[in-house]
Amino acid sequence: MTFSRLLPLIGLIALVALFAFGIRWNMNHDQREVLSPLIGKPAPEFSLPVFGETSRNYGTADLRGKPYLINVFASWCIACREEHPLLMAEGARLGVPLVGLNYKDEPTDAKRWLAQFGNPYDTVIVDYDGRAAIDFGVYGAPETFLVDAAGIIRYKRIGPTTPDSLRDELLPAIAALKALP
Amino acid sequence: MTLLSRVVLATMLAMIMLPAFAVDPLPFKDHAEELRFQELTRELRCLVCQNENLADSHAPLAKDLRLQVFEQMQAGKSDAQIKEWLTDRYSDFVLYDPPLRGGTMLLWFGPFVLLLIGAIVVAMIVRRRSRGLPRIAESTQSMRDEDWA
Repeated sequence: MTFSRLLPLIGLIALVALFAFGIRWNMNHDQREVLSPLIGKPAPEFSLPVFGETSRNYGTADLRGKPYLINVFASWCIACREEHPLLMAEGARLGVPLVGLNYKDEPTDAKRWLAQFGNPYDTVIVDYDGRAAIDFGVYGAPETFLVDAAGIIRYKRIGPTTPDSLRDELLPAIAALKALP
Repeated sequence: MTLLSRVVLATMLAMIMLPAFAVDPLPFKDHAEELRFQELTRELRCLVCQNENLADSHAPLAKDLRLQVFEQMQAGKSDAQIKEWLTDRYSDFVLYDPPLRGGTMLLWFGPFVLLLIGAIVVAMIVRRRSRGLPRIAESTQSMRDEDWA
């Protein structure tokens, strides 16, 4: 048996291995997830109206010098509803302020939604036309960003935060911020 | 022409003209600007429905991003500047035509490398066969005899 006779078999094994790798990769990774180029970079500046108040704005200027979480949500977003109970249960225990960014939502709908499911946010700000969210590279609600005291984005979650992602990703990321001087 | 055929003709004409009006009507200065806009948004990927480009997508985010592209064109930004603005937020993923840099080398040159490997393999096989050809010719007669044996 010469090497050249074995070549097709080797080729087949290589292809099978490649496909197996592809299948495994897709099982463990969300193909739709786009890595944000903003991680490790300064969070975009924003100043948006506070929900329910017409005259007051809230934004990066108010949040400077302290770490915070920003959670993009909307009443029309089904996955936000899935995430919401977790934010209600754990939001106050995270150790950092939780800012809600109401994304492209009608104020009356958002108000009803928060009244029905509860308001886990320390502050809710309104991004009616979605421009601030574009600056954050948001492409699907819910999305969650952890910003450190220096205003650098440290962590981003696309899609609902789950008990697993909270335990394995978000809480360690918050703990890492606390460990810094 | 009957009324019915007129209606049918009008409908068909309207359908032909449909692509000329993009998803949302934007106040373009002139046709050249509109063409530039169409060309640019066709090179950009919609992030919500990832197999569609920005020009064709009906996703709300795509609409917002088209508006951003339009406004930045109005503000006098170049195509490269607009693309940079988008990649700063959404990474190279928004570009259907990814830039040539370290991480995209395999993407750009991988097919040519595979083609080269294929060409080398074919060349090797052809050379081996042509070297072995006289022997095959000699043995043809005996093989034929064996076949009929």
